[in-house]
Amino acid sequence: MVAVKRVVDYAVKIRVKPDKSGVETQNVKMSMNPFCEIALEEALKIKESGLAKEVVAVSMGPSNCVDTLRTGLAMGADRAIHVEASRDLVPLTVAKLLKKLVEIENPGLLILGKQAIDDDCNQTGQMIAGLLGWPQGTFASKVVLDKEKQVATVDREVDGGLETLCLDLPAVITTDLRLNQPRYATLPNIMKAKSKPIKKFTLEELNVEIKSDLEVVQVTEPPKRKAGVILSSVDELIDKLKNEAHVI
Amino acid sequence: MHRFLSISSKSASLKNRKQLHLPFLSPVSSATPEGQSCFHYFNQKPPSLGTRLGFDRVFSSGCFPNRVNLRERERYGNGFSRLKGFVGEIRSYSSETDRDSIEYDVVIVGAGPAGLAAAIRLKQLCQEKNADLSVCVVEKGAEVGAHILSGNVFEPRALNELLPQWKDEEAPINVPVSSDKFLFLTKDRAISLPSPFDNEGNYVISLSQLVRWMGAKAEELGVEIYPGFSASEILYDEDNKVVGIGTNDMGVAKDGSKKENFQRGVALKGRVTLLAEGCRGSLSQKLMKEYKLREKVQAQHQTYALGIKEVWEIDENKHKPGAVLHTLGWPLDSKTYGGSFLYHMKDRQISIGLVVALNYHNPFLNPYEEFQKLKHHPSIKPLLEGGTVLQYGARTLNEGGFQSVPYPVFPGGAIIGCSAGFLNVPKIKGTHTAMKSGMLAAEATFGTLHEGSNMEAYWDALRNSWVWEELHRARNYRPAFEYGLFPGLALSALEHYVLKGKSPFTLKHGKPDHEATDVAKLHSPIEYPKPDGLLSFDVPTSLHRSNTNHNHDQPAHLRLRDPNIPETINLSEYAGPESRYCPARVYEYIPDEKNQLKLQINAQNCLHCKACDIKDPKQNIEWTVPEGGGGPGYSVM
Repeated sequence: MVAVKRVVDYAVKIRVKPDKSGVETQNVKMSMNPFCEIALEEALKIKESGLAKEVVAVSMGPSNCVDTLRTGLAMGADRAIHVEASRDLVPLTVAKLLKKLVEIENPGLLILGKQAIDDDCNQTGQMIAGLLGWPQGTFASKVVLDKEKQVATVDREVDGGLETLCLDLPAVITTDLRLNQPRYATLPNIMKAKSKPIKKFTLEELNVEIKSDLEVVQVTEPPKRKAGVILSSVDELIDKLKNEAHVI
Repeated sequence: MHRFLSISSKSASLKNRKQLHLPFLSPVSSATPEGQSCFHYFNQKPPSLGTRLGFDRVFSSGCFPNRVNLRERERYGNGFSRLKGFVGEIRSYSSETDRDSIEYDVVIVGAGPAGLAAAIRLKQLCQEKNADLSVCVVEKGAEVGAHILSGNVFEPRALNELLPQWKDEEAPINVPVSSDKFLFLTKDRAISLPSPFDNEGNYVISLSQLVRWMGAKAEELGVEIYPGFSASEILYDEDNKVVGIGTNDMGVAKDGSKKENFQRGVALKGRVTLLAEGCRGSLSQKLMKEYKLREKVQAQHQTYALGIKEVWEIDENKHKPGAVLHTLGWPLDSKTYGGSFLYHMKDRQISIGLVVALNYHNPFLNPYEEFQKLKHHPSIKPLLEGGTVLQYGARTLNEGGFQSVPYPVFPGGAIIGCSAGFLNVPKIKGTHTAMKSGMLAAEATFGTLHEGSNMEAYWDALRNSWVWEELHRARNYRPAFEYGLFPGLALSALEHYVLKGKSPFTLKHGKPDHEATDVAKLHSPIEYPKPDGLLSFDVPTSLHRSNTNHNHDQPAHLRLRDPNIPETINLSEYAGPESRYCPARVYEYIPDEKNQLKLQINAQNCLHCKACDIKDPKQNIEWTVPEGGGGPGYSVM
């Protein structure tokens, strides 16, 4: 099972809404989160190597999430699930919803992107692993599955270099950039994807509460960079550091 | 990589499923094609392909599938076989035809006003006459509307004919023109002139948004639109008739090798192919040359202008929705035709831009910098102060008008919209005529496919329509400026107030744009002011606002016919004009290790404006289409 998210396309220049409540998403190009694409590509590779029977793409949000799911189907997913939710969902809610879906679908492997490029939370994968009690291999740059032993060997990108973990299946994997190069959805596949099934769930059906403990207070642009000042002597530097910047 | 799949109501589209005969790909399926109706196109060569595993291979480039061999072919060597299926052995000497082909009744290249108007009209005719035609629209932009840029003061004449209930259906047309000003600018002053335009009943819109709405309407009617796919090749049969287009291969590395995610393009076959690529469409250019479409009707060459535009969000109290302003004169000199526009849309947004005719003489002219200068003029600056730029873009437009319209029909299809060139220059409007041409082509197409007539009917219909009458009446305004700014204005006034379109003469265009550039030694470099970051900006900042992007690891889509000409001719004789007229800084002359200036092509920046294809003095630069999905991302342009 692969969870995908519909986000503002990475090439779009984003703008903050005039009321500072968020980023402008009206009339702006949306696409599948790049890390989710990598996750889906990995799932498809696993299926094509014969280690999995089926790839299910999952997305949560308003009805236009279906577009992202169709892209996933066009890349090669077999089925898709759409959880209808009208508001923005925080990672914990997404994790709770995913837990319910995992209980229904029983996947052998749950693959997600490491983070979404709109909120950069990097939380959902870790949270769902915690809720399910499954082992997790995050920031994966290489995944090797062994079906007989029911383990996944994951190379993780960590601050110091690479860490290799061996996870018992079922497990949660979140993907990092170097894992693979996502395939293009070909025209014939896009056409076929239109008839692949997308199952809809509502929040009530899944019995998950979406009340969040987090509230977005304000979104502002980063402050504009001020021009640098060229100084002519060390004394001047000391003077500025002392009297203007107050750091000495 | 990202595909914007728009899925609107599935109403009629599922009924048309049977037209798409594709047997679906599954490793061991023996699915037979669902509908046979597409095959009657190929009635000369019945597909005797027996049992099918995988895709039918229909052949392009002159070949008969007479001898068919069963062969499984492993593709791409990626460790998994993508498609096992038939490959017919072809007795042809053309290039490999190993790609899938999908058949439609009509294939339209370009989801712009003309292409979508044609698609919508076709489906309407199908509904009226109880017919069923499969219509496919391919669009190189990542989504419908992403490559659409226009002023735009919209004349709803064609839309009223096509979709009369557009107002009820919430078309994004809701700002009627409220005022119409015309200024002649000098460096410090602005002289008000009587407005030559009659914009009563017209609207200030964002064409990108309108096209997006039209795309949704088209999909509701059952048109299949595929954004993110660029048509790179025309497909011919053995009689040299156009049978469709081929989409670009994806996943080719810069050096031409196949990457891990290589995907061969698809052949989209159509019984009729309509090219609606917009101004200087790459495939349309090829076809006009191949079939000598200009010579057929003794049309002159096309002349062009480059429009550079920004959409700003300005202060509430300065914003007057529906206000329309055009200017002439400064910053352009009397030998350079062009002018600016400033339209107030809604939501505090305004469109501002400069249009420069590409037959300018001074190779040092930099249209982008002229535009930046314009924004500092005392009559424009106050409006923009305190505002922010939302988007930036550029696109060429046709100025040839009546004299340059080619014969738009070719064996197997037709050219519609700005690819043929129906823009009314004095009105500076081309959207309504483009849409009408699409509608007329659709009617001719329907006649061809359903009633046995042929595409000639499109040419006849054009000449009997208001498009022709409008272009004819407007034909002398632009050529008058060949004699200079003031003679041009005088002649235009004559045309407009005295002759009122009944002039007995038809002026001719001057030299083609690329020949009009003088050599550099006849002019001196122009010193442009530095951008201030508030009103004027440098190219990289502006480019960032166009949301343009291309996968950098692909072959450069800007091809040089002769790789030596840039340094030997462009640079030495013309001082490298492409480094100035390109609004995206694709072309730069950078010193190499030997300190010699060499041309560097930053194809990734390209805005798909086609200025280089038009203006290069030796026509050495050929704009070809890059991988689908790349290019600008306009949403309010």
